[in-house]
Amino acid sequence: MSMITVQLGQCGNQIGGQLFSTIADDITSTKHMVTANKNREYGEEVVRRYFNTPEKSEFVEARAVMVDMESKVIAQTCQEAKKSGIWKYPDKQQYCQKRGSGNNWAHGYCVHGPNVKDKVMEMVQREAEKCDRLSGFLSLLSLAGGTGSGVGTFINEALRDEFPHSFIMNQVVWPYNTGEVIVQNYNAVLTLSHLYQTADAVVVMENDHLHKICSQLLDIKKISFKDINKVVCHKLASVLLPACDSQEIIHSGMLLHHLVPHPEYKLLSIRNIPQMSAHVMEFSTFQWYGLIKHLRQMFLADAAMEEGIDWQVKTGNDTPRGSVRHNRSLANMLIVRGKDVESADHSLFLEDKLYSSWTHPDLAFTKLSQSRAFNQYEKCAALISNNRSPTLPLNYIVDKAWNMFSSRAYVHQYTKHGLTDEDFMDSFVTLEQVLHNYKKL
Amino acid sequence: MMTQSIVVQVGQCGNQIGCQFWDLALKEHASVNKQGIYDEALCSFFRNVDSRYDDPVNISLSNGKGRIRALKARAVLVDMEEGVVSEIMKGPLRDVFDCKQLITDVSGCGNNWAVGNKMYGGQYGEMISETIRRAAEHCDCLQCFFILHSMGGGTGSGVGTFVLNLLADEYPDVYRFVTAVYPSGEDDVVTSPYNSVLAMRELTEHADCVLPVENQALVDIVNKISQAIPSGKTGKRVYSTSNIKTDSTLTAIDNTTCRDEKPFDAMNNIVANLLLNMTSSARFEGSLNVDLNEITMNLVPYPRLHYLVTSQSPLYVFKDVHLPPRRLDQMFTDAFSKDHQLIKADPKHSLYLACSLMVRGNVEMSDIRRNIDRLKPNLKFIRWNEDGWKTGLCNIPPVGQPYSLLTMSNNTCIRDSFTSLKDRFVKLYKRKAHIHHYTSVDGMEMGDFSSSLESLNSLITDYDQLDKSQGVETLVSRLQVAS
Repeated sequence: MSMITVQLGQCGNQIGGQLFSTIADDITSTKHMVTANKNREYGEEVVRRYFNTPEKSEFVEARAVMVDMESKVIAQTCQEAKKSGIWKYPDKQQYCQKRGSGNNWAHGYCVHGPNVKDKVMEMVQREAEKCDRLSGFLSLLSLAGGTGSGVGTFINEALRDEFPHSFIMNQVVWPYNTGEVIVQNYNAVLTLSHLYQTADAVVVMENDHLHKICSQLLDIKKISFKDINKVVCHKLASVLLPACDSQEIIHSGMLLHHLVPHPEYKLLSIRNIPQMSAHVMEFSTFQWYGLIKHLRQMFLADAAMEEGIDWQVKTGNDTPRGSVRHNRSLANMLIVRGKDVESADHSLFLEDKLYSSWTHPDLAFTKLSQSRAFNQYEKCAALISNNRSPTLPLNYIVDKAWNMFSSRAYVHQYTKHGLTDEDFMDSFVTLEQVLHNYKKL
Repeated sequence: MMTQSIVVQVGQCGNQIGCQFWDLALKEHASVNKQGIYDEALCSFFRNVDSRYDDPVNISLSNGKGRIRALKARAVLVDMEEGVVSEIMKGPLRDVFDCKQLITDVSGCGNNWAVGNKMYGGQYGEMISETIRRAAEHCDCLQCFFILHSMGGGTGSGVGTFVLNLLADEYPDVYRFVTAVYPSGEDDVVTSPYNSVLAMRELTEHADCVLPVENQALVDIVNKISQAIPSGKTGKRVYSTSNIKTDSTLTAIDNTTCRDEKPFDAMNNIVANLLLNMTSSARFEGSLNVDLNEITMNLVPYPRLHYLVTSQSPLYVFKDVHLPPRRLDQMFTDAFSKDHQLIKADPKHSLYLACSLMVRGNVEMSDIRRNIDRLKPNLKFIRWNEDGWKTGLCNIPPVGQPYSLLTMSNNTCIRDSFTSLKDRFVKLYKRKAHIHHYTSVDGMEMGDFSSSLESLNSLITDYDQLDKSQGVETLVSRLQVAS
C-alpha cells in the first residue's frame, strides 16, 4: 500500500523534504539490528510505500506533490533531495506561482486555491496512477502562513472530493505562541475548522514543544528550522514506518481506522522516547520497561518529552466530583522498534482509567512492533494518541483569535478576498464544539 | 520566480534617497553575486537589457546562465526642477537609468502642494502614467510600488501623492509602500505644515503602508554616528563597503561612485538602508522569508492605521578597526531605544499594535526567540495582540556587516508626531497665512484644507483611543457550546 505526500507551503515543503530524507537515511542505515535479509525486506516495504522506482534511474522518486505560491523553497528542497544521491522528487510534480499568499488565509483559500486546483489535482492524479495500491494521503502544512494553510485547506477539500475512499492524514505544525506571524491565530482557526470537515485525522505538533526537545534533549545551542523539522520527521517516521500488530504489517489507513473511532475526535499527538543527541546515544542503554513506564507518564502528565515530567500525576487521584487531572484518550497506539521488542511489555497501557469512559482498553489500545531499529536508536518507542493534549494549544489559539475578532482587528484583510464574518463565526463554532467534545472525554 | 517592484522617486529628496538606494542595492548584489550573473535576486529591482538598442529590450532570466549585459533600475524619476535628476544623469549611476524613465520640468513647485498635485499633476499625469506603464510592462509579476518623497516641499508631497492616487487607480492590486520624509519642527519652508497635512490625507486614503521618516531623527542619528566613529574617520561612509570584490560587472559600476559626501548623503543613506533591509528578505534566500505583502498583512490591523515606526541597528560598523562584532543581543536592545527610531518618538513607552523584526545575516530563530522573550516584559502590547510579533530571517547580511536588524512597528507613539504637525498646521491655518497661494491654483479649494485637517484629526483620534483603551473595551466573551 502506498501513500502520497502532499507538501503545502514553505513549511510543508521543508518538512516533506526532511521526512523523505529521514526515511531514506533510515533504510540505508547499517545500525539495523536485524539479519541482512530482514533488513532488505524492510527496506523494500518502505520504498514501496513512499517511493517510486522508475526504470533506468539510479534514484528512487518520492511519492510527492509539491505546492507553494513561490518557487524558492521548492527549488531548494528539490536540490537538497538530489544531493542525497539516493532519492529525488519526481519531475513536473511541483506547482508554484510567483506571488505568495502573504500570510493571508483568505488570499490562499479564496483566490489562489480555485486558480491552482486543476493543475495540482492533475499532478496528484498522475502520482496516484504510479501506485499499485493507493491507501491515502499525508498532507503537510503549517497553520500560521497563508499558502500552506489557505491553499492547503482548499487542496485538502479537493482531495476529499476526488478520492472519497482514500484516507487523508494531515500533519500540521502549530506555530510558536509568539513571533512568526501575527495573524497566525486567525489562519489556524480557519484552517483547523475546515480540515476538521475533510481530514480523517490531524496530527498536531507544536513548535514550542519541538523547540524544547531540540534545546533540552538534543542539546542544540542554536536551533534552526532544520533542527525542528528533524524532530517533526523523527516523530512522523516513527509512526509511519512499517510495523506489525500480532498478525500483519499495518499500513497507515489501518492506523487511522484504529486511532479515530469517532468522527468528532480527530486530533492526534505523538510522543517519543528516547530522544537524544548522537553523542549521548553512544553511552546510553535502555530497558523496555523503563522506556514504556516513562512514556506512560508522559501521556498521563501530558508532557511533550521525558525530561521534567510531573510524576505526581497518577490515575488514582480523582477529585471528589469525579473529574480527572490526568490526560485521557480515546485511542492509543504504542509502536516499539528495535532490539528485543518481543519483551516490551505494554500492560501499563491497559488500565481503564487512561481511556474515556465509553471505550475499553481492549478496543482503545494497540501495540505495533518492529524488530528493525529506527533512526540509530537501539530501542525506541512512540505513542500516538487521540487524546486531550491538543486542546490546550487549541484553546489558546481560539482565545487569541476570538479577542482579535471581537475587536475587528485585521478582519478587513480577509473580507477583501471574499471571506465573510459568518465564515469566521462558523469556524469559531466548529472549534468550540471540538474543544467541548474533548473536554468531556 | 520572484516578484518585481518599481520605485517611483519624486522630488529632490525622493530622488536623492532613490539614488542612494540604487547605489547600495548594486553593492549588495555585487557582494553576493560575484560572477555577474543576472539572477532572480537582481530581477526583483533590475532589468537586464541589451543597451545597443534605442529602446533597450529585456534579456530574460535564463536560469542563472545569462551574464549581466546592462542593468536598468526598475525606477521612475520625477522632479519638477531639473537639478537633482540631471546631476544623477551626469553621475556614476547614469547608466542605470535611461531618459525614458525620467520626467522633469524646470520651474519647480515653489513649496506648494497645490502646484505639485493639481497643476503639475494635471499637466504631467498622462506622461507619468505612460512611463509607469512602460516600467510595469517590463515586469512579469509586479507586486509592489515604492514611492519615495518628502512631505514638506511642493514636488515631493504634491506630485508624490498625485502619483500615489494614480497608482491606486490604475494598479489596485499592486501594493503601495510610501517612504515619506517629514519636515522637522524648525523647517525652513514656511508652508511645510500645509504641504505635509494635505499630503497626509492622500497617504491615509491611498497607501497600503507608509514609513514616515523625520528629518530631525535622521540628523540626530547621523550626529550620533559621527561621534561614535573615532576622529579622523569622520566623513567615511556610514556603512562599510570594504569587503566588496572589485572584479565583478556590478562593481564596475560601483567603482565610479566614489565621490565627495554631500550634507544630506549620510541622512539619505539611512533611509536607503531602510528600503534595502525591508526588501532584502523578498530579494534573497532566508529560512523565514517575509514577502512584502506579509508586511501589511501583519502590521496593519485597521486599514487607515498603516503608518509604521521603523528603527535600524547596528547603525554603523567600523570600517578599518577590527573590533569584535557588536553583541547580537545589544543589536536588539538598540533597535528598541529611542535613539534608533527614524522618527522622533519613543515606541517603548507607548502602545504596540504590532511589531516586526526583520533580521539579516547569520542569526538563528532561537536568537530571535530569546530576544523577544527578553524584550517583551518591557513593552506594552494591545490586549488583542499580546503576541503581535512578526519575524523574518534573511541569510544575506548587509555588505560588510555580520548581521542587522530592522524593526517596523505599528505603535501609538506616532500620534505625537502627527499632533505636533497638526499644531503647526493649525497655527498657520488660523491666520489663513499663505492660503491664497494654494487656492489660486486651479482645482484647489478651501475644502481641501479642512478635509485634510479632519482626516489627520481622525487618524490621531483613532490611535489615541487605542492607546487609552488598550484594546480592552471591545473584548467579548467566547462562544458557549450548548450541552
